[in-house]
Amino acid sequence: MIPMNMVTPLPELAAITALQSKLVSALRPILPAHALLWEAEDTIPYECDGLAAYRRMPLAVALPETEDQVAQILKICFDMQVPIVPRGSGTGLSGGAMPISQGLVLSLAKLKKIINIDPFTRTAVVQPGVRNLAISEAVAHLGLYYAPDPSSQIACSIGGNVNENSGGVHCLKYGLTLHNVLKVRGILMNGEIVEFGSLAPDSPGLDLLAIVMGSEGMLTVVTEVTVKLIAKPKLARVIMASFDDIEKGADAVAAIIAAGIIPAGLEMMDKATTRAVEEFVHAGYDLEAETILLCESDGTPEEVAEEIERMTKVLEQAGASGIRISQNEAERLQFWSGRKNAFPAAGRLAPDYYCMDGTIPRRNIGTLLRRIQGMEKKYGLACLNVFHAGDGNMHPLILFNGADQEEWHRAEEFGTEILEACVELDGTITGEHGVGIEKINSMCVQFGEGERESFWGVKAAFDPEKLLNPDKAIPTLNRCAEYGRMRISGGNLPHPELERF
Amino acid sequence: MSNSKSSTNMHIDLFREQILAAAKTKTPLSIQGGGTKSWYGNANTFTTLDTRPYSGILEYQPEELVITACAGTPLKEIETALAEKNQMLPFEPPYFGETATFGGAIAAGLAGPGRISAGNLRDFVLGARILDGKGQDLSFGGKVMKNVAGYDVSRLLPGSMGTLSLLLEASVKVLPRPAATTTLRCHISQARALHLTNEWAGQPLPLSASCWIGSSTDGDGELTIRLAGAAAAVKAAIPLMGAAVHAIELDPKAAEAFWTNLREQKLPAFQNLNSNDTLYRLALPAACGPVTIANMSDEIILEWHGQQRWFTAPGDDATFVSIKALANANGGHATCFKQGANVDPTKQRFTLLSEHTHSAALEAVQARLRASFDPAGVFATSRLP
Repeated sequence: MIPMNMVTPLPELAAITALQSKLVSALRPILPAHALLWEAEDTIPYECDGLAAYRRMPLAVALPETEDQVAQILKICFDMQVPIVPRGSGTGLSGGAMPISQGLVLSLAKLKKIINIDPFTRTAVVQPGVRNLAISEAVAHLGLYYAPDPSSQIACSIGGNVNENSGGVHCLKYGLTLHNVLKVRGILMNGEIVEFGSLAPDSPGLDLLAIVMGSEGMLTVVTEVTVKLIAKPKLARVIMASFDDIEKGADAVAAIIAAGIIPAGLEMMDKATTRAVEEFVHAGYDLEAETILLCESDGTPEEVAEEIERMTKVLEQAGASGIRISQNEAERLQFWSGRKNAFPAAGRLAPDYYCMDGTIPRRNIGTLLRRIQGMEKKYGLACLNVFHAGDGNMHPLILFNGADQEEWHRAEEFGTEILEACVELDGTITGEHGVGIEKINSMCVQFGEGERESFWGVKAAFDPEKLLNPDKAIPTLNRCAEYGRMRISGGNLPHPELERF
Repeated sequence: MSNSKSSTNMHIDLFREQILAAAKTKTPLSIQGGGTKSWYGNANTFTTLDTRPYSGILEYQPEELVITACAGTPLKEIETALAEKNQMLPFEPPYFGETATFGGAIAAGLAGPGRISAGNLRDFVLGARILDGKGQDLSFGGKVMKNVAGYDVSRLLPGSMGTLSLLLEASVKVLPRPAATTTLRCHISQARALHLTNEWAGQPLPLSASCWIGSSTDGDGELTIRLAGAAAAVKAAIPLMGAAVHAIELDPKAAEAFWTNLREQKLPAFQNLNSNDTLYRLALPAACGPVTIANMSDEIILEWHGQQRWFTAPGDDATFVSIKALANANGGHATCFKQGANVDPTKQRFTLLSEHTHSAALEAVQARLRASFDPAGVFATSRLP
């Protein structure tokens, strides 16, 4: 979707080829032939993840089928000092699974068994390659489900979710991956098998499970995950509220929370998005509204009736210009269809879009949206705003044409400015997509040298040789110094003389 | 919690001086707030670093569902401020004394009855400002619900008992108080209580807490459950759950006192610890049925649908070894929570990582982690092994 404009120049070819054949011959004895790829035509699907702008070819790709094979691969790479990039379904949006030229891509996709489901203890033990949605599907007949529901849940794997601490539209009420995983079994870079957390409410020593969550494949290779299952709500209904002013919509979000309600989902879309998706899904959205709020309530029928009534009152008081309440499941899904299809709809407006992921305190939502409007003019690019308003997690979609190098650079600059605005507004550069390779420079803005040094300390505690996904998430001192110089020397757009509308 | 360290503060400067002096002489500092949990964890006699001078709520906007406060802030002050806006700390941290502090609650990492439905203390920590063992002023996490920038260092602090760094400030997620709460009580056996509470927990019912108190020998006892949530949901659940076990509804005042006394361990079953005995805590998986130990007290207390269990037994090493083995065999772990006056104060009170299944290799990880935050061992009190 985005051109190959980030291909890193290859180090000396001969050295690479030599290392490749050495690695392949070391791995061959422990893996079936189909589980080890090194020819370019076979490894090319692994050159990037969901963020296609960042690509690189690995030495080889291993697709182990057992935990024992994973452990052996790690030991071999440890002995050879070959870095490893773990990979799940490759749906990540921050380039966290971008290969390392002199490294191995370790795909966990073939470890996809659901090992155990226990309705009494409300837990499921699954291998890392099991898809997020497959867990909920497998336990649906028991009246249970796995709560975190990232937009990519049809495809993304639970191992990837653990490594990104993935969220979704329901995490205001039901939490992130962190809150829904009890235990992670993993292998350290030296091949040792360990377990983080347990089925008991807590474990001995420091809470290492907490730090493994969201560690972007840099601390351990996940081989098994025990997730918490919760009772499926009997009913869900959603309110769709229109506002003629963005600020009013943002205030309504705060008002709902202030009224003591934690909605199951609380999402916002701006006018540009509503218009784009309406054309796509025909959900009956109010096209005159400046912003639309979707507020979902779930639980027992009594609970839902009570909450819908309370939320409706708050939304009316907050000045909603229109309110519709879903009358049945089909209508509820129809109301949601636009929100869920915002990304493909964006894809119809422009050849490419660049999705950002900053989070800010709810009170600053209006401010950030106004600033983004200003940036649209500054960079001459349009931006759709759809986001998890309930937890302040914004997903601006910057529209651009990737065939035009200069336009991609502008989109990148636009994105960086949004992230810096998020930090300035007391927020963070990434709410759920991870830092990966994409936001690694912005880490220099969000954190000081001391914090970054501590992150390297954490990394070294798990992986002293720095072999697990070492070029992601945490920038080096040099990188930040370089980035600082670049920002000071201009941060200027290419061709500043051009007018942009 | 941005990385701008504009808020220089006299108290923080004094903390840093104390840390740097300790680093120079390589003598650990024992971090302490109100001292209400000083009996908890491995004993030490090191010089105290008193967090209480750095006190106060820094930011609290109810519609953000986040409170940021200094570690030395009295826990009471935090909960009072939240109560005024009809909000609460959903993990219900125990005080164990009027002077308990916010920082002390986080460092201890303990949670009350609501833990089983709302989540653990660490689930609610969003960000932290610390002084590490080199005296560096560092901030991790933030004030927003969703944040995956950098490793989640702020969530390593809950339960670390001051062995990793000095907590200066923390941001914690808060929640609205439930619109309605009701407590039911019935007379049932331990096995049935374990079965019922877990069965209910798997249904869409507003079960917020449970406690069974009874005899470890004949299994006879009383189950108390708390329902909390939307008024309509609680109202609908009362006949449903009450009828299954012939439960009676407790008077709201008596119910509140019961849950507070359970959290603060002021119920008769927790009192009068014999001087040679220890109050043991078991953390167990939901699947674990009734367990017994030779010489254990007849009266036992089960919380969190059986995942947290309390009993007293002799405080000698041999007893603890057998209790640890029992917990480990069931997939959990054991702690000497509180020791009687005559029990050896120097003994190890926790299950070690090396004694826990599939955790031995984590000993080295944990040691390197501590060394990276604290190379000179300023916080190496071993209060938590």
